[in-house]
Amino acid sequence: MTLTRKLWIGIGALIALSPLGLILPDHFKAGSAWGEWGTDEIQKMTGYVPQGFQQLSELWKAPMPDYAFQGWEGKDIIQLSLAYVVSAVVGIAIIAIFSLLIGKGLAKKHV
Amino acid sequence: MHIPDGYLSPETCVVFGAVMIPVWTVASRAVRKTLSVRQVPFLAVGAAFSFVIMMFNVPIPGGSTGHAVGGVLVAILLGPWAACIAVTVALVIQALLFGDGGITSIGANCFNMAFVLPFVGYYVYRLISSGSPVGSNRRIIAAGAGAYVGICIAALCAGIEFGVQPLLFHTANGQALYCPYGLNIAVPAMTGEHLLIFGWVEALVTALVLQFLQKQESLLVEGGIS
Repeated sequence: MTLTRKLWIGIGALIALSPLGLILPDHFKAGSAWGEWGTDEIQKMTGYVPQGFQQLSELWKAPMPDYAFQGWEGKDIIQLSLAYVVSAVVGIAIIAIFSLLIGKGLAKKHV
Repeated sequence: MHIPDGYLSPETCVVFGAVMIPVWTVASRAVRKTLSVRQVPFLAVGAAFSFVIMMFNVPIPGGSTGHAVGGVLVAILLGPWAACIAVTVALVIQALLFGDGGITSIGANCFNMAFVLPFVGYYVYRLISSGSPVGSNRRIIAAGAGAYVGICIAALCAGIEFGVQPLLFHTANGQALYCPYGLNIAVPAMTGEHLLIFGWVEALVTALVLQFLQKQESLLVEGGIS
């Protein structure tokens, strides 16, 4: 088996395990990463919502927000885990295509 | 460490965008000189690895979460400039597709995680591992140390970027316009949690994967994949 194939199998294993990154924080009641709070959390923590923050924070509507599907905020952990794996597959497919294109565009033709 | 939209002022975002454009330009030139066609698939694996490892949020029970970035491992295997490009691709897709990290803060996030992290990590690795034979334990330890220092310095940068906001950008009565926490809170929070927890996660992931690769493919690691 080629090394590249082995490495992609490793990436596949990580994709399969990725819901751990969702389940463990949920289990241990860990909140957002520092500095990645939403408007409500900032309001609760500081008592106000900074004006500039309010204007900029809703600038971009991501198609798969927080590695889930749109409108899936209240879904249970099993459904969210499934969405997480789908997100990993979609994200990695797009990243692989872009990196291969960039790499092929840049790499020296000899060797 | 993915700074969302709204935490950094537009001015800050322009500055980091302006810093990253020449970095990306030099990275492209460097990779053009050093990356062989055979290494291109590894660039894709590196970007994919960085993306997926960032999905493994590690909880501080009852507190916040954080994650490894994988950028130092990619830098050790493919060189820091290739790592810069690989992590940039991952960060851009995270921001656009998944809303993980802002659109306006892509420059700052790439500065921290795609530039500072792989370069600091790579040079710490080189310093500690210099002269040691391929496959030696010193290389594994050097990789772990590089990963730890790299992610902690990147977190320090993010902490400073957050922390200068209320100093520089506030209303007439002193209310913050963007990130509400100053340097006295942002820097200890960002560096503290990485020094104590997430830095060790990055170190462990980097050292373990490198050790595995050295065992599997002993030819692989002399100056990276070739």
